[in-house]
Amino acid sequence: MAATADADEALRIRPAVAADVPAVIALDEEVTVLAKPAYWHDMFERYGARGRRARFFLVAERLDRLKGFVIGETRAWEFGSPPCGWIFAIQVRPKGRLKGVGTQLFNAICDRFRETGVVNVRTMLALDNITILSFFRSQGMMAGPFIELETTLESSADRT
Amino acid sequence: MKLQKATCFALFAVLELAADPARQLSAAEIAEKYDISQHHLAKVLRDLARAGIVESARGVGGGYRFAGNPKRLTMMDVIELFEPIRPDRADGDDPRPNTDIGRALRTVLNEIDEHAQATWRSISVSTMLKIVRQRPVAVARDQTKT
Ligand SMILES: CC(C)(COP(=O)(O)OP(=O)(O)OC[C@H]1O[C@@H](n2cnc3c(N)ncnc32)[C@H](O)[C@@H]1OP(=O)(O)O)[C@@H](O)C(=O)NCCC(=O)NCCS
Repeated sequence: MAATADADEALRIRPAVAADVPAVIALDEEVTVLAKPAYWHDMFERYGARGRRARFFLVAERLDRLKGFVIGETRAWEFGSPPCGWIFAIQVRPKGRLKGVGTQLFNAICDRFRETGVVNVRTMLALDNITILSFFRSQGMMAGPFIELETTLESSADRT
Repeated sequence: MKLQKATCFALFAVLELAADPARQLSAAEIAEKYDISQHHLAKVLRDLARAGIVESARGVGGGYRFAGNPKRLTMMDVIELFEPIRPDRADGDDPRPNTDIGRALRTVLNEIDEHAQATWRSISVSTMLKIVRQRPVAVARDQTKT
C-alpha cells in the first residue's frame, strides 16, 4: 500500500539545500525536457544559499522525495515599483499535481514575502501556458499594472 | 472589450447557478435578478443545457441547476458557445487587410485578442466566483485608481 502511505505522509516545505539541486534538475528536465544543470546550480547559489535575506528557494518533499519547488525574491524599486515579492519559478512533479502541492508552495513563499514587509506578489508567465496561468489565477492573482513588451534586436548590419 | 448580450446572459446564469450547485433556479428568477429578458435568457439556458453546463430539473416550477465542473470549466468554454473568439480572423469586417495599414492594425488587434483569450481561458468558474466574493475590495481598489 505504498500509494496510501505516500498520501498519508505530510508534505514538508523547507528551504532548499545543496543536496536538493540534482532532484530539482531532474524535475525540471521531466517538465521541460531539457536538462540545465549549470542554470539550477547558479539559481541555488543566488537564491538558496544560506543567509540570503529576501531570496527564497523552497522545496516540497514527502517521504524524502522532492515533489516540487518555488523560487522568489522580494525586490525593491524594480521598474519603479515599491518593494514587492516576485515568484520566478514554480514546478510540481507531473505525477503529484492537482493535489495541492503548488498551493502549499505558493502559500509558503507568500508567508516569507510577508515577513519581508511586502503586500504585493508578482510573477511573469507565458500567455500560452494555460496551466500555470490558471494556477496563479486560482490563487487570486490578476493582471497587474505592468505589461511585458519585447522586440527582436536588428543586427547592426540591418540598421545601416 | 464588450461581450454580446447572449454571452453576458450565459455568464450571469452559469455563475449564479454555480455559486450554489444544489440550488435550482428558473429562467424567470435569474432574469428578474439581472433585469434581463426572460425570453432571451430561456433560449440561452437551453443552449447551456445542450452543452451540459446546466441541467434542467423536472417537476413543479422546474428550473436549472449547474452541472459542470467549476474548477475545470473556464469562462472561455462558456463564451465560445455564444460568440466566435478567433485570433486570426480573416473575416469581412477586418479593416482593409490587403493594405499596409490594414495589416498593421491586424497585428495590434491580434495582440489584444491574444491577451483577452489567455485571460478568459485561465479563469475557471471557481476562480471567477472568488472574484465575485472579493468584489467589494476590488471595487474599492478600482475606485482609488480613477
Ligand atoms: C502550475 C503547477 C505548479 C500547479 O501545481 P499543482 O500542485 O498541480 O497545483 P494545486 O494542486 O495546488 O492546484 C491549485 C489550483 O490551480 C489550478 N490548476 C492547477 N493545475 C491546473 C490545470 N492543469 N488546469 C486548470 N487548473 C489548474 C486549479 O484551480 C487548482 O485547484 P483545484 O485542484 O482545487 O482544482 C504545476 O502544474 C506545474 O508545475 N506546472 C508546470 C509549471 C511550468 O510550466 N513551469 C515552467 C515555468 S516556471
